[in-house]
Amino acid sequence: MDKTVKSSDEAVRDVMDGAVIMSAGFGLCGIPENLIRALVRKGVKDLTLIGNNLGSTDSGDGEIYGIGLLAGNGQIKKFIGSFPGPIAKLPWFRELYRTKKIELEIIPQGTLNERIRCAGAGLGGFFTPAGVGTPIEAGKEKRTFKGREYILEMPLRADFALVKAHKGDRSGNLIYRYSARNYNPVMAPAADVTIAEVEKLCETGSFDPDSVHTPGIFVTRIVKGEKYEKRT
Amino acid sequence: MKKGLKRLLSKEQLAARAAREVGDGMCVNLGFGIPSLVAEYLAGRDVLLHTENGIIGMGPMAKKSGGDPDIINATKQPVTIVPGGAIVSQSDSFMIIRGGHLDMTFLGAFQVSEKGDLANWKVPGEDTIPGMGGAMDLAVGAKRIIVTMTHTDKDGAPKILKECTFPLTGRRCVSLIVTDLAVIRITPEGLVIEETAPGFTAAEIQQATGAKLKISPSLKEIAV
Repeated sequence: MDKTVKSSDEAVRDVMDGAVIMSAGFGLCGIPENLIRALVRKGVKDLTLIGNNLGSTDSGDGEIYGIGLLAGNGQIKKFIGSFPGPIAKLPWFRELYRTKKIELEIIPQGTLNERIRCAGAGLGGFFTPAGVGTPIEAGKEKRTFKGREYILEMPLRADFALVKAHKGDRSGNLIYRYSARNYNPVMAPAADVTIAEVEKLCETGSFDPDSVHTPGIFVTRIVKGEKYEKRT
Repeated sequence: MKKGLKRLLSKEQLAARAAREVGDGMCVNLGFGIPSLVAEYLAGRDVLLHTENGIIGMGPMAKKSGGDPDIINATKQPVTIVPGGAIVSQSDSFMIIRGGHLDMTFLGAFQVSEKGDLANWKVPGEDTIPGMGGAMDLAVGAKRIIVTMTHTDKDGAPKILKECTFPLTGRRCVSLIVTDLAVIRITPEGLVIEETAPGFTAAEIQQATGAKLKISPSLKEIAV
């Protein structure tokens, strides 16, 4: 099945106000930068955003890159992640947080990605030792297995997952490159609609099945990214 | 013990001492700050460096011009991958951490308690929006957790305490503390000072510490 769409704008056409969106990447590595820019152009509001960190800033000039663009544009009402990062130090972001215009749920990185994996894998939750004895355990069920304490964490699912791969075929099979893999294969199965952007769009059948990292069954749409800055 | 010139360890000397804890064949994760300097003293060793974002076998920093934006470390700096290295997803990266496949991690700390409680992600009352990243997973998952830090904070207050006053990252997880003043082992019987910075006495180190120190029978100076 050919899942390609012509542009990033078309790829995000049905993202609505209030949507829950997962955006893959770590720092600015492996982020769906074209889909993020399309969401900024679309101007959808009240988004709940799930991601490792809130984008990044260039050294010194305060310019924002990555999913932080959506926060800077006033489109995010809640961020669920593990490390807000340099954007959280900027005065305008602190003001948003102080005036409760943005809500933050900051959780351990391993818990974040396992909650996402759990949703994609159809599980009802999992017990992790991470966060036991810390403020993270507040309000969570605790169980002891073989003498060790664990806390219950629940799956984290989204309406839309935005992922980025180095190469993809028209059926949505994806191949990542080096550490740009990070959250991409974890998020792809965890949303109702998964949109993949790729640097290179290839014909179906051109990949060795052994080399596919994310099978196309997890991908709803695929688009060739218009422009890659790939900042670090 | 010889009473030479008193000298706090530099960050580099501290990292070099910490690196001596690493055994051949280990898989090791390095945190931010002083821990990241430990890598310098593992060069050429048969050690695999793991990064939270999914590299097993991280190599040296990439040269400024030649960095590949698809190869970064957990501090988001361009790095290299050693021959024999591997790339994993976030799920597998934290499976390595929580699943007991990581032999050792070096972490920085705001505070460590005499029981080995670790506080390294949040300063109460400070006007910041903190994030713990992978620290809480490392605290429960790595086989051995070594804290590398300055012995006291910037106001000279002890960071090694009877109980942590800052929010915890993990409970009873630290096994060794390497500071610019001492090497201290955390045992079921409490803190044991094993090594001192050149010229310092155990009594002087006790003064800078907020919990009772036992003195190892083989107490010696840190070789720098």
